[in-house]
Amino acid sequence: MAVAKLAATSGKSSKILLGLRVLAFLATLSAAIVMGLNKETKTFVVGNVGNTPIKATFTAKFQHTPAFVYFVVANAMVSFHNLLMIALQLFGGKTELTGFRLLSIAILDMLNVTLLSAAANAAAFMAEVGKNGNKHARWDKICDRFATYCDHGAGALIAAFAGVVLMLIISAVSISRLVQPNKCSISTTAASTSVVP
Amino acid sequence: MVKLTKRIGALVLRLAAFGAALAALIVMVTSRERASFFAVSLEAKYTDMAAFKYFVIANAVVSVYSFLVLFLPKESLLWKFVVVLDLVMTMLLTSSLSAALAVAQVGKKGNANAGWLPICGQVPKFCDQVTGALIAGFVALVLYVLLLLYSLHSVVDPFLLQKS
Repeated sequence: MAVAKLAATSGKSSKILLGLRVLAFLATLSAAIVMGLNKETKTFVVGNVGNTPIKATFTAKFQHTPAFVYFVVANAMVSFHNLLMIALQLFGGKTELTGFRLLSIAILDMLNVTLLSAAANAAAFMAEVGKNGNKHARWDKICDRFATYCDHGAGALIAAFAGVVLMLIISAVSISRLVQPNKCSISTTAASTSVVP
Repeated sequence: MVKLTKRIGALVLRLAAFGAALAALIVMVTSRERASFFAVSLEAKYTDMAAFKYFVIANAVVSVYSFLVLFLPKESLLWKFVVVLDLVMTMLLTSSLSAALAVAQVGKKGNANAGWLPICGQVPKFCDQVTGALIAGFVALVLYVLLLLYSLHSVVDPFLLQKS
Protein backbone atom coordinates (compact mmCIF):
# COMPACT_ATOMS: atom_id res chain seq x y z
CA MET A 1 0.00 0.00 0.00
CA ALA A 2 2.80 2.40 0.91
CA VAL A 3 4.53 1.61 -2.36
CA ALA A 4 1.37 2.43 -4.32
CA LYS A 5 1.07 5.75 -2.50
CA LEU A 6 4.67 6.69 -3.16
CA ALA A 7 4.52 5.71 -6.80
CA ALA A 8 1.36 7.62 -7.56
CA THR A 9 2.49 10.93 -6.12
CA SER A 10 5.76 11.22 -7.98
CA GLY A 11 7.31 9.96 -11.12
CA LYS A 12 7.24 10.75 -14.76
CA SER A 13 3.56 10.10 -15.31
CA SER A 14 2.50 12.75 -12.80
CA LYS A 15 4.67 15.37 -14.51
CA ILE A 16 3.12 14.50 -17.85
CA LEU A 17 -0.31 14.61 -16.23
CA LEU A 18 0.40 18.02 -14.75
CA GLY A 19 1.48 19.41 -18.10
CA LEU A 20 -1.61 17.99 -19.82
CA ARG A 21 -3.87 19.38 -17.14
CA VAL A 22 -2.41 22.86 -17.51
CA LEU A 23 -3.00 22.71 -21.26
CA ALA A 24 -6.56 21.45 -20.83
CA PHE A 25 -7.26 24.15 -18.24
CA LEU A 26 -6.02 26.84 -20.61
CA ALA A 27 -7.98 25.43 -23.55
CA THR A 28 -11.31 25.13 -21.74
CA LEU A 29 -10.90 28.46 -19.96
CA SER A 30 -10.22 30.26 -23.23
CA ALA A 31 -13.19 28.53 -24.87
CA ALA A 32 -15.48 29.62 -22.04
CA ILE A 33 -14.21 33.19 -22.07
CA VAL A 34 -14.30 33.66 -25.85
CA MET A 35 -17.82 32.28 -26.12
CA GLY A 36 -18.95 34.13 -23.01
CA LEU A 37 -17.88 37.47 -24.43
CA ASN A 38 -19.28 36.69 -27.85
CA LYS A 39 -21.60 39.50 -28.85
CA GLU A 40 -22.09 41.48 -32.00
CA THR A 41 -24.40 44.40 -32.68
CA LYS A 42 -25.16 45.52 -36.19
CA THR A 43 -27.51 48.01 -37.74
CA PHE A 44 -29.37 47.01 -40.85
CA VAL A 45 -31.56 48.92 -43.22
CA VAL A 46 -34.89 47.16 -43.15
CA GLY A 47 -36.95 49.34 -45.38
CA ASN A 48 -37.49 52.68 -46.96
CA VAL A 49 -40.11 55.24 -46.17
CA GLY A 50 -40.04 57.57 -49.10
CA ASN A 51 -36.38 58.56 -49.28
CA THR A 52 -35.30 57.94 -45.72
CA PRO A 53 -34.05 54.44 -44.88
CA ILE A 54 -35.33 52.81 -41.70
CA LYS A 55 -32.58 51.25 -39.66
CA ALA A 56 -32.98 48.58 -37.04
CA THR A 57 -30.32 47.32 -34.70
CA PHE A 58 -29.89 43.61 -34.20
CA THR A 59 -27.70 41.89 -31.66
CA ALA A 60 -26.26 38.41 -31.79
CA LYS A 61 -25.46 37.14 -28.32
CA PHE A 62 -24.45 33.74 -27.12
CA GLN A 63 -27.38 33.68 -24.70
CA HIS A 64 -29.81 33.45 -27.59
CA THR A 65 -28.88 29.82 -28.17
CA PRO A 66 -29.29 27.40 -25.21
CA ALA A 67 -26.58 25.13 -26.64
CA PHE A 68 -24.05 27.96 -26.36
CA VAL A 69 -25.11 28.73 -22.79
CA TYR A 70 -24.50 25.05 -21.93
CA PHE A 71 -21.17 25.29 -23.76
CA VAL A 72 -19.99 28.20 -21.60
CA VAL A 73 -21.17 26.57 -18.36
CA ALA A 74 -19.62 23.18 -19.15
CA ASN A 75 -16.28 24.68 -20.19
CA ALA A 76 -16.20 26.72 -17.00
CA MET A 77 -16.91 23.60 -14.93
CA VAL A 78 -14.22 21.53 -16.64
CA SER A 79 -11.61 24.28 -16.33
CA PHE A 80 -12.47 24.60 -12.63
CA HIS A 81 -12.05 20.83 -12.22
CA ASN A 82 -8.64 20.98 -13.90
CA LEU A 83 -7.63 23.91 -11.71
CA LEU A 84 -8.55 21.92 -8.60
CA MET A 85 -6.54 18.93 -9.77
CA ILE A 86 -3.52 21.09 -10.58
CA ALA A 87 -3.73 22.73 -7.15
CA LEU A 88 -4.01 19.30 -5.53
CA GLN A 89 -0.93 18.07 -7.33
CA LEU A 90 1.17 21.17 -6.75
CA PHE A 91 0.20 22.15 -3.21
CA GLY A 92 -1.04 18.90 -1.73
CA GLY A 93 2.31 17.20 -2.13
CA LYS A 94 2.15 15.42 1.20
CA THR A 95 -1.40 14.09 0.93
CA GLU A 96 -1.46 10.37 0.39
CA LEU A 97 -3.13 9.28 -2.79
CA THR A 98 -4.80 6.21 -1.43
CA GLY A 99 -6.82 3.83 -3.57
CA PHE A 100 -10.12 5.63 -3.11
CA ARG A 101 -8.68 9.05 -3.96
CA LEU A 102 -7.09 7.78 -7.14
CA LEU A 103 -10.42 6.19 -8.06
CA SER A 104 -12.36 9.38 -7.44
CA ILE A 105 -9.89 11.37 -9.55
CA ALA A 106 -10.31 8.86 -12.38
CA ILE A 107 -14.12 8.91 -12.13
CA LEU A 108 -14.21 12.72 -12.03
CA ASP A 109 -11.98 12.87 -15.08
CA MET A 110 -14.27 10.50 -16.97
CA LEU A 111 -17.39 12.45 -16.04
CA ASN A 112 -15.76 15.70 -17.09
CA VAL A 113 -14.65 14.33 -20.43
CA THR A 114 -18.18 13.21 -21.27
CA LEU A 115 -19.61 16.56 -20.13
CA LEU A 116 -17.14 18.51 -22.24
CA SER A 117 -17.64 16.34 -25.32
CA ALA A 118 -21.42 16.77 -25.06
CA ALA A 119 -21.10 20.55 -24.79
CA ALA A 120 -18.63 20.86 -27.64
CA ASN A 121 -20.71 18.70 -29.97
CA ALA A 122 -24.00 20.44 -29.22
CA ALA A 123 -22.42 23.82 -29.89
CA ALA A 124 -20.75 22.50 -33.05
CA PHE A 125 -24.02 21.28 -34.56
CA MET A 126 -25.85 24.48 -33.65
CA ALA A 127 -23.03 26.48 -35.21
CA GLU A 128 -23.30 24.35 -38.35
CA VAL A 129 -26.99 25.20 -38.60
CA GLY A 130 -26.14 28.88 -38.11
CA LYS A 131 -23.46 28.76 -40.78
CA ASN A 132 -25.25 26.79 -43.46
CA GLY A 133 -28.88 27.23 -42.57
CA ASN A 134 -31.31 24.40 -43.10
CA LYS A 135 -33.41 24.62 -46.19
CA HIS A 136 -35.71 21.77 -45.20
CA ALA A 137 -36.81 23.59 -42.10
CA ARG A 138 -36.50 27.01 -43.76
CA TRP A 139 -33.96 28.31 -41.27
CA ASP A 140 -31.77 31.06 -42.69
CA LYS A 141 -28.08 31.18 -42.04
CA ILE A 142 -26.89 34.01 -39.86
CA CYS A 143 -23.13 33.90 -40.49
CA ASP A 144 -23.26 36.06 -43.58
CA ARG A 145 -24.64 38.92 -41.54
CA PHE A 146 -22.78 38.45 -38.25
CA ALA A 147 -19.36 37.37 -39.44
CA THR A 148 -17.39 38.36 -36.32
CA TYR A 149 -19.82 36.52 -34.05
CA CYS A 150 -19.40 33.38 -36.11
CA ASP A 151 -15.60 33.70 -36.18
CA HIS A 152 -15.34 34.06 -32.42
CA GLY A 153 -17.69 31.13 -31.96
CA ALA A 154 -15.56 29.02 -34.29
CA GLY A 155 -12.43 29.89 -32.30
CA ALA A 156 -14.11 28.92 -29.04
CA LEU A 157 -15.25 25.63 -30.59
CA ILE A 158 -11.74 24.75 -31.76
CA ALA A 159 -10.39 25.42 -28.26
CA ALA A 160 -13.11 23.25 -26.74
CA PHE A 161 -12.38 20.35 -29.09
CA ALA A 162 -8.69 20.60 -28.24
CA GLY A 163 -9.79 20.46 -24.61
CA VAL A 164 -11.84 17.32 -25.32
CA VAL A 165 -8.83 15.53 -26.83
CA LEU A 166 -6.61 16.60 -23.94
CA MET A 167 -9.19 15.54 -21.34
CA LEU A 168 -9.51 12.17 -23.03
CA ILE A 169 -5.75 11.61 -22.77
CA ILE A 170 -5.80 12.81 -19.14
CA SER A 171 -8.63 10.42 -18.36
CA ALA A 172 -6.77 7.52 -19.96
CA VAL A 173 -3.64 8.36 -17.94
CA SER A 174 -5.67 8.55 -14.70
CA ILE A 175 -7.22 5.15 -15.40
CA SER A 176 -3.83 3.64 -16.18
CA ARG A 177 -2.51 4.97 -12.88
CA LEU A 178 -5.29 3.04 -11.19
CA VAL A 179 -4.52 -0.19 -12.96
CA GLN A 180 -0.74 -0.18 -12.60
CA PRO A 181 0.30 2.08 -9.76
CA ASN A 182 3.84 0.66 -9.80
CA LYS A 183 4.46 1.51 -13.42
CA CYS A 184 5.55 5.08 -12.77
CA SER A 185 7.46 4.34 -9.58
CA ILE A 186 10.74 6.17 -9.15
CA SER A 187 12.08 3.62 -6.67
CA THR A 188 11.53 0.19 -8.14
CA THR A 189 13.86 -1.37 -5.60
CA ALA A 190 11.49 -0.39 -2.83
CA ALA A 191 8.68 -1.92 -4.85
CA SER A 192 10.41 -5.24 -5.20
CA THR A 193 11.27 -5.57 -1.54
CA SER A 194 7.85 -4.94 -0.03
CA VAL A 195 5.13 -6.23 -2.33
CA VAL A 196 3.12 -8.52 -0.08
CA PRO A 197 1.57 -6.66 2.88
CA MET B 1 -21.58 -17.31 -6.32
CA VAL B 2 -21.34 -13.57 -5.84
CA LYS B 3 -19.07 -13.31 -8.85
CA LEU B 4 -21.56 -15.23 -10.97
CA THR B 5 -24.47 -12.96 -10.06
CA LYS B 6 -22.30 -9.91 -10.70
CA ARG B 7 -21.31 -11.24 -14.08
CA ILE B 8 -24.92 -12.02 -14.99
CA GLY B 9 -25.90 -8.53 -13.84
CA ALA B 10 -23.27 -7.01 -16.10
CA LEU B 11 -24.45 -9.12 -19.04
CA VAL B 12 -28.04 -8.04 -18.46
CA LEU B 13 -26.94 -4.39 -18.30
CA ARG B 14 -25.06 -4.69 -21.55
CA LEU B 15 -27.96 -6.45 -23.24
CA ALA B 16 -30.28 -3.67 -22.07
CA ALA B 17 -27.86 -1.01 -23.34
CA PHE B 18 -27.65 -2.80 -26.69
CA GLY B 19 -31.43 -2.91 -26.86
CA ALA B 20 -31.82 0.77 -25.99
CA ALA B 21 -29.23 1.91 -28.53
CA LEU B 22 -30.81 -0.28 -31.20
CA ALA B 23 -34.26 1.07 -30.37
CA ALA B 24 -33.05 4.67 -30.59
CA LEU B 25 -31.47 3.90 -33.96
CA ILE B 26 -34.58 2.24 -35.41
CA VAL B 27 -37.05 4.83 -34.13
CA MET B 28 -34.97 7.68 -35.54
CA VAL B 29 -34.49 6.03 -38.92
CA THR B 30 -38.17 5.26 -39.39
CA SER B 31 -39.34 8.75 -38.49
CA ARG B 32 -40.68 10.35 -41.60
CA GLU B 33 -43.68 12.49 -42.22
CA ARG B 34 -45.14 14.30 -45.14
CA ALA B 35 -47.18 17.41 -44.54
CA SER B 36 -48.67 19.82 -46.97
CA PHE B 37 -49.83 23.33 -46.33
CA PHE B 38 -50.71 26.09 -48.73
CA ALA B 39 -50.06 23.76 -51.70
CA VAL B 40 -46.47 23.32 -50.54
CA SER B 41 -45.49 19.78 -49.67
CA LEU B 42 -42.95 19.35 -46.93
CA GLU B 43 -41.39 16.06 -46.01
CA ALA B 44 -39.51 15.75 -42.76
CA LYS B 45 -36.91 13.00 -42.58
CA TYR B 46 -34.11 12.35 -40.16
CA THR B 47 -31.54 13.12 -42.88
CA ASP B 48 -32.63 16.75 -42.94
CA MET B 49 -30.59 17.58 -39.89
CA ALA B 50 -26.92 16.73 -39.63
CA ALA B 51 -27.26 16.20 -35.87
CA PHE B 52 -29.85 13.45 -36.39
CA LYS B 53 -27.59 11.70 -38.91
CA TYR B 54 -24.77 11.79 -36.37
CA PHE B 55 -27.15 10.42 -33.72
CA VAL B 56 -28.04 7.48 -35.97
CA ILE B 57 -24.39 6.73 -36.78
CA ALA B 58 -23.30 6.97 -33.13
CA ASN B 59 -26.06 4.66 -31.94
CA ALA B 60 -25.24 2.19 -34.71
CA VAL B 61 -21.60 2.08 -33.62
CA VAL B 62 -22.61 1.63 -29.96
CA SER B 63 -25.07 -1.17 -30.79
CA VAL B 64 -22.50 -3.09 -32.81
CA TYR B 65 -19.89 -2.65 -30.07
CA SER B 66 -22.29 -3.82 -27.32
CA PHE B 67 -23.29 -6.81 -29.36
CA LEU B 68 -19.65 -7.83 -29.82
CA VAL B 69 -18.75 -7.35 -26.15
CA LEU B 70 -21.69 -9.56 -25.13
CA PHE B 71 -19.75 -12.50 -26.49
CA LEU B 72 -16.36 -11.69 -24.99
CA PRO B 73 -15.19 -14.64 -22.87
CA LYS B 74 -14.66 -14.05 -19.19
CA GLU B 75 -10.97 -14.89 -18.97
CA SER B 76 -9.93 -12.76 -21.92
CA LEU B 77 -7.30 -10.09 -21.31
CA LEU B 78 -9.26 -7.72 -23.54
CA TRP B 79 -11.43 -6.68 -20.58
CA LYS B 80 -8.84 -4.05 -19.71
CA PHE B 81 -9.30 -2.64 -23.18
CA VAL B 82 -13.08 -2.70 -22.69
CA VAL B 83 -12.77 -0.03 -19.98
CA VAL B 84 -11.24 2.47 -22.39
CA LEU B 85 -13.66 1.54 -25.18
CA ASP B 86 -16.60 1.89 -22.78
CA LEU B 87 -15.44 5.42 -22.02
CA VAL B 88 -15.18 6.22 -25.73
CA MET B 89 -18.66 4.81 -26.38
CA THR B 90 -20.11 6.81 -23.50
CA MET B 91 -18.54 9.95 -24.95
CA LEU B 92 -19.96 9.12 -28.37
CA LEU B 93 -23.43 8.55 -26.93
CA THR B 94 -23.48 11.69 -24.87
CA SER B 95 -22.17 13.89 -27.65
CA SER B 96 -24.66 12.56 -30.22
CA LEU B 97 -27.56 12.84 -27.77
CA SER B 98 -26.69 16.38 -26.79
CA ALA B 99 -26.27 17.49 -30.42
CA ALA B 100 -29.62 15.94 -31.41
CA LEU B 101 -31.28 17.51 -28.36
CA ALA B 102 -29.90 20.96 -29.21
CA VAL B 103 -31.26 20.81 -32.75
CA ALA B 104 -34.57 19.24 -31.71
CA GLN B 105 -35.05 21.98 -29.14
CA VAL B 106 -34.74 24.60 -31.87
CA GLY B 107 -37.20 22.60 -33.98
CA LYS B 108 -39.70 22.56 -31.16
CA LYS B 109 -39.41 26.07 -29.80
CA GLY B 110 -37.75 27.91 -32.65
CA ASN B 111 -35.23 30.69 -32.13
CA ALA B 112 -36.90 34.07 -32.19
CA ASN B 113 -33.65 36.03 -32.31
CA ALA B 114 -32.41 34.25 -35.41
CA GLY B 115 -35.79 34.19 -37.11
CA TRP B 116 -36.06 30.39 -37.06
CA LEU B 117 -39.62 29.12 -36.82
CA PRO B 118 -40.45 25.90 -35.01
CA ILE B 119 -41.38 23.03 -37.29
CA CYS B 120 -43.13 20.79 -34.78
CA GLY B 121 -46.42 22.45 -35.48
CA GLN B 122 -46.40 21.21 -39.05
CA VAL B 123 -44.98 17.72 -38.53
CA PRO B 124 -46.13 16.58 -35.05
CA LYS B 125 -45.72 12.87 -35.68
CA PHE B 126 -42.09 13.34 -36.78
CA CYS B 127 -41.42 15.38 -33.65
CA ASP B 128 -42.94 12.72 -31.42
CA GLN B 129 -40.87 9.97 -32.97
CA VAL B 130 -37.69 12.01 -32.66
CA THR B 131 -38.54 12.62 -28.99
CA GLY B 132 -38.97 8.88 -28.49
CA ALA B 133 -35.62 8.17 -30.13
CA LEU B 134 -33.93 10.76 -27.92
CA ILE B 135 -35.45 9.21 -24.78
CA ALA B 136 -34.19 5.77 -25.83
CA GLY B 137 -30.76 7.32 -26.45
CA PHE B 138 -30.82 8.81 -22.97
CA VAL B 139 -31.65 5.42 -21.43
CA ALA B 140 -28.75 3.89 -23.38
CA LEU B 141 -26.46 6.63 -22.04
CA VAL B 142 -27.45 6.02 -18.40
CA LEU B 143 -26.92 2.28 -18.83
CA TYR B 144 -23.55 2.90 -20.40
CA VAL B 145 -22.42 5.09 -17.51
CA LEU B 146 -23.36 2.24 -15.13
CA LEU B 147 -21.50 -0.22 -17.35
CA LEU B 148 -18.43 2.02 -17.38
CA LEU B 149 -18.38 2.14 -13.59
CA TYR B 150 -18.84 -1.62 -13.46
CA SER B 151 -16.00 -2.32 -15.93
CA LEU B 152 -13.72 -0.03 -13.97
CA HIS B 153 -14.63 -1.87 -10.78
CA SER B 154 -14.12 -5.33 -12.21
CA VAL B 155 -10.78 -4.57 -13.85
CA VAL B 156 -9.12 -2.34 -11.34
CA ASP B 157 -10.06 -3.49 -7.83
CA PRO B 158 -9.70 0.03 -6.50
CA PHE B 159 -10.23 -0.76 -2.87
CA LEU B 160 -7.39 -3.30 -2.99
CA LEU B 161 -9.63 -5.96 -1.47
CA GLN B 162 -7.83 -8.91 -2.97
CA LYS B 163 -4.58 -9.89 -1.34
CA SER B 164 -2.64 -11.21 -4.28
